[in-house]
Amino acid sequence: MVGMTSSPELYWLPRQPPDWRQRVGALIDDPVENWSASWAEAVALAKFRLSFSATNALDVAARRLLSLRPERAAPSCRLAALSSSTSAHLAAGIRVGALRRGIALEMYEPPYGQYRQDLADPRSGLYAFDPTIALFAFDAVFVAAHALGATTIADANRLADELVNSFRALWTTAINRLGVSIIQQTVMPRLPCSGGNNEHRLPASGAAFISRVNQRLREACDEAGVDLLSLDAWVAQDGIEHWFSSGSWYGAKQEIALPASPMYGDLAARLIAARQGRSAKCCVFDLDNTLWGGVIGDDGLDKIVIGAGSAAGEAFLNLQHYALDLRRRGVILAVCSKNDEAIAIEPFESHPEMALKRQDVTCFVANWHDKPRNLQTIAQRLNIGLDALVFIDDNPFERELVRQSLPEIFVPELPDDPSLFPRCLSDAGCFEMIALTDEDVRRAAVYAENARRDSFKNETVDLKAYLVGLNMVLRWGRPAELDVARVTQLINKTNQFNLTTRRLNESDVRAAMAAPRAAVLQFRLVDRFGDNGLIAVAIGHMIDDANFMIDDWLMSCRVFGRQVEDAMLNVLAAVARAMGANQLNGMYRPTERNGMVADLLARLGFTTQKASNGVVTGVLNLAYFDERQTAICVEGEFS
Amino acid sequence: MEEAAIYGILQEIFAEVFLRDDISLAASLSARDVAGWDSIKQIEIIMATEQRLGIRFTSKEIDDFHCLGDLVAAAARHVK
Repeated sequence: MVGMTSSPELYWLPRQPPDWRQRVGALIDDPVENWSASWAEAVALAKFRLSFSATNALDVAARRLLSLRPERAAPSCRLAALSSSTSAHLAAGIRVGALRRGIALEMYEPPYGQYRQDLADPRSGLYAFDPTIALFAFDAVFVAAHALGATTIADANRLADELVNSFRALWTTAINRLGVSIIQQTVMPRLPCSGGNNEHRLPASGAAFISRVNQRLREACDEAGVDLLSLDAWVAQDGIEHWFSSGSWYGAKQEIALPASPMYGDLAARLIAARQGRSAKCCVFDLDNTLWGGVIGDDGLDKIVIGAGSAAGEAFLNLQHYALDLRRRGVILAVCSKNDEAIAIEPFESHPEMALKRQDVTCFVANWHDKPRNLQTIAQRLNIGLDALVFIDDNPFERELVRQSLPEIFVPELPDDPSLFPRCLSDAGCFEMIALTDEDVRRAAVYAENARRDSFKNETVDLKAYLVGLNMVLRWGRPAELDVARVTQLINKTNQFNLTTRRLNESDVRAAMAAPRAAVLQFRLVDRFGDNGLIAVAIGHMIDDANFMIDDWLMSCRVFGRQVEDAMLNVLAAVARAMGANQLNGMYRPTERNGMVADLLARLGFTTQKASNGVVTGVLNLAYFDERQTAICVEGEFS
Repeated sequence: MEEAAIYGILQEIFAEVFLRDDISLAASLSARDVAGWDSIKQIEIIMATEQRLGIRFTSKEIDDFHCLGDLVAAAARHVK
């Protein structure tokens, strides 16, 4: 991408993959033997950060599919755009916004500016189209013209009332004659002021008249049961230059600049989906580095970053308050974390700075299963569809895994800075609300009562295929002097995936590195999301001519569940063999935090014995050891 | 920015706007030469160029875009 963009971007959607254009091309030429499969591909292609021209390209494919659609093959919607200026350029954005939500949307636009004539004439194209939704939009110049005769503020107020009443009459006609539900766009506040800060004192000011009308529209819409598309609020947030371009207006009477059309379409589609009861109902949060800074299992209760005292702590606290705002509004909160449950719950129960308490979280799932499986558990327990979940996780690996395994779940891309998470959720519009009902406010409580813990059969998640697609490379080697500090740090902060939890200082590490017939190994993991850095350490030595003892084996839990431990075993076996060993010896020493690796040795094929104090010892005969199969490419930095 | 680099970006924009990869771009290329290049496509090309380069054309420049060379020269002035 060259240069900056000058439009509101759908930044919570992932960037287009390299083969996106090719896939759209294939869809345009698709013989459509299986309509549902082609439609699913179109929906998948809509879930990326599309520019307006990419949106237009996908729309060509989607329109073709719509024309071939079998009866009732997808939730559908027929939208009439009734506008005082050009809206044809917004059609692709609206259709693709609906497509993103699996809604087949067809559109009709009266000849330029002829919406009143069309509405008045039962033989018009509008009636033939038979819409289910009408989207009304009046441009700034059209609206401001109604203020021209005003000589007093009372005049201006009366004229604003009259104009809004004329809109009400249009709504009534549309509702009574067409049976549509209505979306009314607020007027774009784009006119310059002639009086300045106190513009509202000028009776005939167009800029002031637009705010008068927008204010009245809010009340009128609430009374009439009409949904607002608050363009004025988005313009206030993004800046007028992101929504309006004089080139588009003077050149083509397009008030919404073309580059903003994907966002406009997404806003309209949110309202349409919400009307169909398809807004998400439950916000599922990861914990470590999402709801607080740091890793609770490794850092402990006193070291996680949350609350007053640091900018980062305030930012995480702010996200928790935002989650509570959502909860008050009727959104269910849930947690999905790779952690031991007891450890994960601790901050909610005992950390004084946490705004979120255990009882605020209706469904709390913390274990070491993969996240798609746990998200299925959450949906089952709450008895809601997967498409009612939104999943918030700082880790791009987990986000992509969930998107690929369970495409029904909306997983927003998150900015790097946690202070921007609430804004991102708000901009992404996952929980678009139409009307606040008593039921909404009680929903979280109702679901808490209903949350069931019955077991169920998991659908298999194709984790293996996903891991292959990650292009993981595990680079291992003996640490150099430069690495000693980082190796020591990892040894001392890793609590969960740590078999023996020996704490070593830098000179201990140097001594182990220098010892004869011993090995200190460090591991880095690179995948298509980037370099995960130093993620694991293993230290071992020959205890006699045949036996290699693994004294330390630890790994950051960020990379747990990716077969890294299997690949590490392959490396350890190779290193031990090279030193003449024919047996690998391992040990697990239980602590309060490392329960997740209690059965690691047995799982990896060691013959294990458990002593009464919980210590597990294991032996692996290298003569019979077959390399563990993984999706990881292993690269040794020395042999 | 070199005009050659701007032509490279325009090649991508044209592929997206016209859904064809086979339009060969030259300074003399105009709406007459490409099927479907109407006033709507003209705005699409202008807006996509603005967005990709992070620039804004003036109204006069937009009025004066008679062929591709006009647009490239104006874009090159803005990007510098």
